Amino acid sequence: MIVGTQKPIDEIWSMVRDSKRVLVFGCNTCVAICHAGGEKEAETIATLLRMRASQEGKDMEVNYLSVMRHCEPEYFEPVMDEVKTYDLILSTACGVGVNFLADRTGTIPVYPGINTSFYGAVQQPGDFTELCGGCGNCILHLTGGICPIVRCSKSLMNGPCGGTKNGKCEVSDEVDCAWFLIVERMKQLGTLEKLAEVLPPRNWSPSTHGGPRRIVIEHLREIEQQEEKKG
Amino acid sequence: MKCGSNLEKVILSGQPAVTAELGPPMSADPHEVIKKAQILKGFCDAANITDCQTAVVRISSIAAAVLALREGLEPVMQMTCRDRNRIAMQADLLGAAALGLKNCLCLAGDHQKFSAAGRLKGHPGAKNVYDVDTCQLVGILKKMRDEGLQEGGDKLEVAPKYFIGASWTPMGDPLDFRPMNLMKKVNSGADFIQTQGIYDIELFRSQMEKIRNMGLHERTAILGGIIVPKSAMMLKYMDSSVAGVSVPKALIDRMAKAKAAAGEDKKKAKELQEQEGLKITVELIHQVLETPGVKGVHIQAIEWETAIEGIVKAAGLYPRPTFPVE
Ligand code: SF4
Ligand code: SF4
Repeated sequence: MIVGTQKPIDEIWSMVRDSKRVLVFGCNTCVAICHAGGEKEAETIATLLRMRASQEGKDMEVNYLSVMRHCEPEYFEPVMDEVKTYDLILSTACGVGVNFLADRTGTIPVYPGINTSFYGAVQQPGDFTELCGGCGNCILHLTGGICPIVRCSKSLMNGPCGGTKNGKCEVSDEVDCAWFLIVERMKQLGTLEKLAEVLPPRNWSPSTHGGPRRIVIEHLREIEQQEEKKG
Repeated sequence: MKCGSNLEKVILSGQPAVTAELGPPMSADPHEVIKKAQILKGFCDAANITDCQTAVVRISSIAAAVLALREGLEPVMQMTCRDRNRIAMQADLLGAAALGLKNCLCLAGDHQKFSAAGRLKGHPGAKNVYDVDTCQLVGILKKMRDEGLQEGGDKLEVAPKYFIGASWTPMGDPLDFRPMNLMKKVNSGADFIQTQGIYDIELFRSQMEKIRNMGLHERTAILGGIIVPKSAMMLKYMDSSVAGVSVPKALIDRMAKAKAAAGEDKKKAKELQEQEGLKITVELIHQVLETPGVKGVHIQAIEWETAIEGIVKAAGLYPRPTFPVE
């Protein structure tokens, strides 16, 4: 899932302070799970903004709304007419949702209510950790299922640096050293010898370094186009 | 001969090699580099010029290396993977070779959050690069030198001839992976290795035994790292806080005793500890050099370059070998 955290209310206020009608627009999938931008959080932000507006003597109407997902148009299309009656939308979806909606609202600005941080998992309630960086060329089969690209602070591909101490990374005692975990896991799997191979410099272009990425699945598009013709 | 550097010649001659370290200043003033180069010259075969060590901005390794070279001290340019992508690395490697540099030590580099262990502001919010890692950088240098090719495959009209080095932390976590770690660097093309500081000689020797069983000591020249201890406090700090360094209690006790002998006299305590530190250093040098498979020592006297002369002499490693100019 995509993990984010709510922006400080002062920062949000600075984005919306001059608007008359503000919609706090939540997304009920990933960012709801991490308590950053689901309906509940959208409601809370709306309340805080209303209080702030009255404290500062601003004539501002703030409402909230949420849909299941902000990354596919069919989810927010039913509410688009209503959404477009506002003069500012504070989206608490992840950055994908903010971008996606912003492309569709014409003259109405869409601003981010959360900081989208990473792709992660729920280690335990309230504890979210980054486990994948979406590099576009997965190598987990070579590293015991532990990602060196985002779980190693230096994205090292061929083993640990000299900074590992007691299984922790040199950047912080709170951060596990990915390579310590990889070595332990590969030992457990009986595949440590696999690590002897030197991985050559990576092609980073399938990652965020080759320009914006797009994946087109031709047969899905064809089916869609046929349906449209029929309809 | 791969590059004809002085360091390579010493190693090929079979005599124990001695390298030291020169940390460039946080300043545009060349004089500190020049002064340190003059202090070290003649007492080591080459000196590492650190590359923004501890993630703090300093005179670049290449520039400081050229300053040292002009003083007659052979530099080992260090290159970290933190600050440059493969384009910048190779451009710098060509430039440095064109300026006459012949040794390059590849390393991952301290993370930008390190900021001199919090003593300086540094740039913890900087973006790091890590386009390639140490093994891959070693491989790039080898490909440039031996195949005359850039990493991307384009031809180099004149290939840079480097003596290729890499760092190694023999006693870092996970301990049983460290030999394989070295093997990967050697397989990538490391001609010489400088290790993290060694105090725990028993543990180092047991790691070296594994290295000998793998035959790695014959494929690369391992220089054991010696960090000159200045005080009991420094030894304790290194034991508890520096990754891959463990200091036996006996050594810490020796230093603590030297300190205690001075009573309340702080100046004397410093002197006595420094004396003891130099003694320990010379002992460690002998113990490391007596370890089969070791080809030399890399002595780091951090912000104490003046100590090198005495250490090298006391260790019986002076004068340093010289070779006729071709
Ligand atoms: S290797 Fe790439 S795709 Fe696989 S987990 Fe890591 S970042 Fe994600
Ligand atoms: S300590 Fe481990 S996780 Fe941290 S940078 Fe080094 S290898 Fe990567």
